Amino acid sequence: MCGIVGLFAKSPEIEADLGRHLAAMLVQMSSRGPDSAGVAVYRNPVPSGSSKLTLYSSDSTERWGAVRDGLCDAFGTCAEPAVRASHAVFVVDADASDAERWVRVSRPDLRVMSAGQVIEIYKEVGLPEKFVKAFALEDLQGTHALGHTRMATESRVTTEGSHPFSTGFDLCLVHNGSLSNHNRLRESLRREGIEFQTENDTEVAAGYLAWRLREGASLEQALDGCLEDLDGFYTFAVGTADGFAVLRDPIACKPAVLAETDEWVAMSSEWRSIAVLPGAAEAEAWEPEPGVVYAWEKALV
Amino acid sequence: MAAVAERAQAAVEVVDLATTPLRELNQRLHDLAGGAPGPRHWRIVNPSGAHAVACGLDAEIEVEIDGHVGYYCAGMNKLATVRVHGNASTGIAENMMSGRVEVDGNVSQSAGATGRGGLLVVRGNASSRCGISMKGIDIVVGGSVGHMSAFMAQTGCLVVCGDAGEALGDSIYEARLYVRGSVASLGADCVEKELRDEHVAQLRGLLAAAGVDADPADFRRYGSARQLYTFKVDNAAAY
Repeated sequence: MCGIVGLFAKSPEIEADLGRHLAAMLVQMSSRGPDSAGVAVYRNPVPSGSSKLTLYSSDSTERWGAVRDGLCDAFGTCAEPAVRASHAVFVVDADASDAERWVRVSRPDLRVMSAGQVIEIYKEVGLPEKFVKAFALEDLQGTHALGHTRMATESRVTTEGSHPFSTGFDLCLVHNGSLSNHNRLRESLRREGIEFQTENDTEVAAGYLAWRLREGASLEQALDGCLEDLDGFYTFAVGTADGFAVLRDPIACKPAVLAETDEWVAMSSEWRSIAVLPGAAEAEAWEPEPGVVYAWEKALV
Repeated sequence: MAAVAERAQAAVEVVDLATTPLRELNQRLHDLAGGAPGPRHWRIVNPSGAHAVACGLDAEIEVEIDGHVGYYCAGMNKLATVRVHGNASTGIAENMMSGRVEVDGNVSQSAGATGRGGLLVVRGNASSRCGISMKGIDIVVGGSVGHMSAFMAQTGCLVVCGDAGEALGDSIYEARLYVRGSVASLGADCVEKELRDEHVAQLRGLLAAAGVDADPADFRRYGSARQLYTFKVDNAAAY
């Protein structure tokens, strides 16, 4: 099962209220995924040379100040982290790979949920409604976002196994379906230097995109490659720093609906999530064709 | 008193799904089964993609739905006329027995699946697996249908005024497929067949019933070549 949603703002009004709209969409997908929920929100880009990390701690009494002090010692200045429930977002005066490496070496007990210049990922076990409240999702503004509600099938219900998955800077993928060749593909991607944190099939799809993008493919080319190299059922929604894309496998068993107005582009597993958006009744709505890449890009300010 | 009752039957019963639980609506519609007294004309507003709207009806009533519906709308329909003024998701009119279901917009996969009777009209496009395992339902699609449509279709007619996707009519039995536009590919054991006068007459009737303005002579007919295992008399002993 699982529910996926995506929202891409085309107006400043939607950007200002992105979190509230995303939360409403996510809650509508509770019946498709009551086990865990997660979002990737693209917001507040940091200047070049800096990077943004979303870190997760399983310790509810985590002293995030100590993490900040460590980052300051390593890289100079580091602003106060923005803490949301079990997650904290740090802006570090270093590039993302150095900052991420520091966390892996110095604080292996923490998990890097996302790294880049724009992306923030939050995810947690439990009902979407509880997740929305715990992470004050409605306060967030941003340019675009993806969300996932999980009904776990192939791995345990944990925060780590929740979606979205990010295996490349500012890259995120949410998935409804299941992949059958993920074990072998994971091994070949590891040989290419792509790192994986779980045994989850979706993380492999995210890793595949990260690898293709690293090798110079455009987002559309990388997604076209999925049609050749991934075996299984999938509807994907993909986010990059400035883009948003949707792809269904050629058999297209997994549902998807797209809708667009002058204000926004939205995708969801079901219309219910889109019906809660302003102007939905007048939106142009369609079912994405199997094996066709749909992509939107945003000019970064 | 009789006049009052008649007026009550002619009035339109409006149900707002933003304020009325879906189960309450469906229960009220089910209570009309077997000719029980009650409103004959219904208007449902704010469906907002809800699943199973107006499912399992068994009465000669008319139900208008203003907006998009979710899965299995008008599923198992018997006798009733259900009109969706919007799009419908997976399995519209699934296993319909009789009556009529009309959708102004597009429908998602498995429209009219396993339907045994009645008429399903889609003014827009239908996506994949339209009419899968149809068993007597007639389906008229104003636009195009997606891949694997009429898969294992047994009886009834699928009329497509636009194009058909890949593997049309795969493993088809006795259903008749009429397509006006292109067919991306035919499925296993599905072949083009001659459009004879009897077919033109049948097609004219279906188009008229659906309210679609199209010339039956523009269509091509597809059906079973009857070459698969199940059609071989030598295999009959296996059962």
